[in-house]
Amino acid sequence: MDWTLFVTQLLNGLQLGVLLFLLASGLTLIFGIMDFVNLAHGSLYMVGAYLCATLTQATDSFVLAIVLALPLTALIGLAVEFVVIRRLYARDHLDHVLATFGLILCFDAAVHLLWGPEGMAIRLPEVLDGQVEILPGIVFPTFRLLIIGVGLLVALGLYLVVTRTRAGMLIRAGASNRTMISALGVDIQTLFTLVFAAGAAMAGLAGMMIAPITEASIGMGNEIIIVAFVVIIIGGIGSIKGAFLAAVLVGLIDTMGRSFLDTLLKLFISDQNAETAAPALSAMLIYILMAAILAFQPQGLFPPKGR
Amino acid sequence: MQRDMLSPLDWKPKTWAMVVGLALLALLPGYVAFTEDTFYLDLASRLMILGIAAVSLNLILGHGGMISFGHAAYLGIGAYSVGIPAYYEIHDGFIQIPIAVACSALFALITGAICLRTKGVYFIMITMAFTQMVFFAFVSIEEYGGDDGLVIELRSEFAGLFDIEGATGLYYFIFASLLATLYLVHRITRSRFGMVIEGARGNERRMHAIGYDTYRYRLVCYVIAGAICGFAGALLGNFTNFISPEMMDWTASGELIFMVVLGGTGTLFGPILGAAAFVLLEEWLSAITIYWHFLFGALLILVVLFWRGGLNGLIDWIGRAAWRKRS
Repeated sequence: MDWTLFVTQLLNGLQLGVLLFLLASGLTLIFGIMDFVNLAHGSLYMVGAYLCATLTQATDSFVLAIVLALPLTALIGLAVEFVVIRRLYARDHLDHVLATFGLILCFDAAVHLLWGPEGMAIRLPEVLDGQVEILPGIVFPTFRLLIIGVGLLVALGLYLVVTRTRAGMLIRAGASNRTMISALGVDIQTLFTLVFAAGAAMAGLAGMMIAPITEASIGMGNEIIIVAFVVIIIGGIGSIKGAFLAAVLVGLIDTMGRSFLDTLLKLFISDQNAETAAPALSAMLIYILMAAILAFQPQGLFPPKGR
Repeated sequence: MQRDMLSPLDWKPKTWAMVVGLALLALLPGYVAFTEDTFYLDLASRLMILGIAAVSLNLILGHGGMISFGHAAYLGIGAYSVGIPAYYEIHDGFIQIPIAVACSALFALITGAICLRTKGVYFIMITMAFTQMVFFAFVSIEEYGGDDGLVIELRSEFAGLFDIEGATGLYYFIFASLLATLYLVHRITRSRFGMVIEGARGNERRMHAIGYDTYRYRLVCYVIAGAICGFAGALLGNFTNFISPEMMDWTASGELIFMVVLGGTGTLFGPILGAAAFVLLEEWLSAITIYWHFLFGALLILVVLFWRGGLNGLIDWIGRAAWRKRS
């Protein structure tokens, strides 16, 4: 096997994994605390990307654009929570799914209206646009390394907030027993609004980080949000640790499957069959993983304690 | 409670409305032949096919309380069951349609056996995951067009018994299928089996306690719904003459749920009403503005927030109001 390619794809998988974690961590907290299914989380990812693209053009600085776009995305998240989502907590999952599906349609059309049907590319500053040699003979795009770094940093920060601060303690308590902590006098509504805004900002950050690679486009969140759901289901709803491990696992399996499954299959079946089967199988791999895990662990790998 | 087989004079306003609606559908080709405008024929064909799919989803979602977010998979499986044989020049409907129903039922049996072990959100997501699996499988099979889809040159042939190559023939075939589906689902929901399914939705633990293996009942119900929707998929493939993985996109599953809820969950005619409203709204709004998805989405949110019971509930309400005025 080609080791250069292997290491490169390993890093690409890790990059996809941390990106998924940025989306999934907000999703799993919203899910875990309020038992709310938010399909529209991917729309915030898209909004983040578009805001960042516009601000990069306006300010001529990618970094400044991110700094400005983050609070803006959080504000949009707050507005959505205030106008629609707040009214839905008491409803069942079917209503959540439908209403947030409606939100996706609204967001996609609104972006179409404001930014037009074309995608928007983001030009990176020169420092980030190059490649670095990480190991002798192995070069890797600088920006992708940055994504991994930012993702891991956010994961670490989130871990510290959730395990070491009072707010984190309340979040954990809320995830295991919502009724009990509101009976103990915690304002769960405010807590949830804050978590929702933070989740929106992280989803937006994921969009901002990927936009320079893929460009911002309408419906970009609709594909990845499904994968993010797969991540939180595998990880166990409400668990940050589960979300992180599952995100990295899913990112690696997806990327590695797409690159090496045909080689692997050729060991067992004829070359021609392997060439046909590998693309289909590698696209299905993460869903097969999820089905397999749920078949044996219906609550995911790390279900929060107390439920 | 709805009592059937009473004389038409005792029918509730809703039953009347549905009978009139079905009669109008039956007469539509006459109007179309008169005006030579096939637009409404196509619209009504699509409406009825999606209606059958929505009725089948309602069987598990409305009656059984199983929120499947992957029902579009069966539309795709059914459509490909027509398309793939047609690709090998097998146009016999007596082969294609049984394949569609059997493959859908088999897929429902295998995935249902896993999905039904989970509850709540996990169920929603795992049904969606399985549909994504089928979606990506067909996207990557180059032989059958992959992403670009597959054109069906000839519609199913039924050994000269009936001909669906023409728009009117196909229309009546779909119409008959719709009536048959409604009758079938009506009988299922009124049967002892249907009562167990309803009971398991209401209180599963109690159903267990009185000795029902609810898992098995649910699985059978899930398979029946899948098979019906696979049949609808076969109709859809015949109708559009073109199939692609797009039909199984997760948004397509979302739209099916929307139809069921818009019409009214757990009612016989509700899903048909919902599918009708969906297709007509889509047609109407997209003619007004290219940003019609916004209005559509906003409507969806408003329906969920403020208008439970769907169109079916609305008709009930109008019926009751009229009744009060009369007495």
